[in-house]
Amino acid sequence: MKGFAWKFGSNVDTDVIIPARYLNTTDPAELARHCMEDADPAFAQKIRRGDMIVAEENFGCGSSREHAPIAIKAAGVSCVIARSFARIFYRNAVNIGLPIFESPAAAAGIRAGDEVEVDGAGGLIRNITRGETYQVAPFPEFMQQIMARGGLIEYVRERVRSGERR
Amino acid sequence: MGMTITEKILAAHAGRKQVYPGDLINARVDLVLGNDITAPVAIREFEKIGVEGVFDRERIALVPDHFIPNKDIKSAEQAKILREFAREQGITNYFEVGRMGIEHCLLPEAGLVLPGDVVIGADSHTCTYGALGAFATGVGSTDMAAAMALGETWFKVPESIKFVFHGQKLNPWVSGKDLILYVIGEIGVDGALYQAMEFTGPVIENLSMDGRFTMANMAIEAGAKNGIIAPDAVTAEYVRGRAARPFTVYGSDPDAVYARVYEFDAAEIEPQVARPHLPENTCPVSEIGDVPIDQVVIGSCTNGRLGDLREAAGILKGRKVHQNVRLIVIPGTQRIYQEAMHEGLIDIFISAGAAVSTPTCGPCLGGYMGILAKGERAVSTTNRNFVGRMGHPESEVYLANPAVAAASAVLGQIGLPVELGLAAGF
Ligand code: SF4
Repeated sequence: MKGFAWKFGSNVDTDVIIPARYLNTTDPAELARHCMEDADPAFAQKIRRGDMIVAEENFGCGSSREHAPIAIKAAGVSCVIARSFARIFYRNAVNIGLPIFESPAAAAGIRAGDEVEVDGAGGLIRNITRGETYQVAPFPEFMQQIMARGGLIEYVRERVRSGERR
Repeated sequence: MGMTITEKILAAHAGRKQVYPGDLINARVDLVLGNDITAPVAIREFEKIGVEGVFDRERIALVPDHFIPNKDIKSAEQAKILREFAREQGITNYFEVGRMGIEHCLLPEAGLVLPGDVVIGADSHTCTYGALGAFATGVGSTDMAAAMALGETWFKVPESIKFVFHGQKLNPWVSGKDLILYVIGEIGVDGALYQAMEFTGPVIENLSMDGRFTMANMAIEAGAKNGIIAPDAVTAEYVRGRAARPFTVYGSDPDAVYARVYEFDAAEIEPQVARPHLPENTCPVSEIGDVPIDQVVIGSCTNGRLGDLREAAGILKGRKVHQNVRLIVIPGTQRIYQEAMHEGLIDIFISAGAAVSTPTCGPCLGGYMGILAKGERAVSTTNRNFVGRMGHPESEVYLANPAVAAASAVLGQIGLPVELGLAAGF
């Protein structure tokens, strides 16, 4: 994953990521058009495919709406890097296959517009602009399996198909 | 080693004797919940899994409440997805307009959540049911889909934080809302991230079920995985006559291990208000100064129960809503609405100049039924005051309890019932 960083502060909530006034649809493309709208109205137009969101603490706090990671993913954001994530957002991102990385060092070191490369498997974030690297704690084995399959549904499908369930 | 109530419930549902914080477990779920925003996504994902049907058609609750009664064509289409899925799958706990309520008011009222249960809901305020001594937590739509297929889900066992409320009597006009706002003000919106919040102490023992629901409801506003209160006589009284299946009461062991323990004295807690744009921006109402308002909302899964309406009506009786203010009152369920009507509360609201609505989330999430324009300011008994939560990104929401909200509606600015000559409290 390689792209440019878009920076946000602490407690970016799900109402900012995708305001409730757009939740009368589940269409990812339509949700993507309003991604981060209340923080930066032109965000969806400005970003290029592969760019990253980099934020401070408690990213994704608030509602359980999966529309939030869906909107981010469909907008073309390659991953979210934050000092910490709200728990439902974290779970949802894993479940729908949106890569997220918890790294206080990266959240502190990366500035808006920096070019960043992420090696998820190796647990490394490289700041090309500043020549810095930051470590990321690896996901638990079980979550890695979910993400390797692109999300929870495929993981459950395999369990069901293998006869482990019905 | 002793276990907390949260650990005991999770251990029992994972088929284990003991669990420790940090353990990854698969747990059986007693109930899976979704609403008109989250369930359509879950149903789409469920259909990809390839099972014939849901794990148990009596253990799934579908509650259209967010944009319901349908606010526009798109939301009508979403609601239709739920309705058709419920019919197709024979889901017994589907609640149609006219028989519905706001999910977190409705499910406990209907006896669908009981002490000792594990409940997941595709709604962040699923943590409300912790008030009954259940482990209940919000998840996303994909988790809901998987749980509808499997009847189980994975959890990381959370550490617990204990909040002990000492003291005999609450200060005048202080309710469960103020206790939880005070806690969030103390620990911050990520103060309990990934953790369980366990509320205990003499103040909690004396708190009504409605007050307990309000407290557990807002655990998520401190980032918590769940909020929980051990069942006692108050819980037993509430559950009696509602429970249609057996349940188990758990409590924390005296030697249970907590990540942190906070102790508060009820005497130090005054009525609270949370200023924009985070629930942690709390201060006593007495220190808020002059804050003129345009709208007041009394309702939601936080404060839309009968006790809340009684508190508001107690203040509004014989008074008029300020000329510059719109007051919107939304009973949490049809039953609450009807009881409020029988008690004469609805009459009090309408005589005061309030609009009373059928149960809906509506304005709480900026859906409809009371959206704020640019620059407008509301006092609301709901749980979130994020940027744009109730309307325009430049509108403002102040969170408060129903008595403060009602008094503010009369005053035209944020204030206390004492300013209306009501000194005694509840
Ligand atoms: S009342 Fe508000 S917080 Fe509660 S479920 Fe509805 S939208 Fe969510």
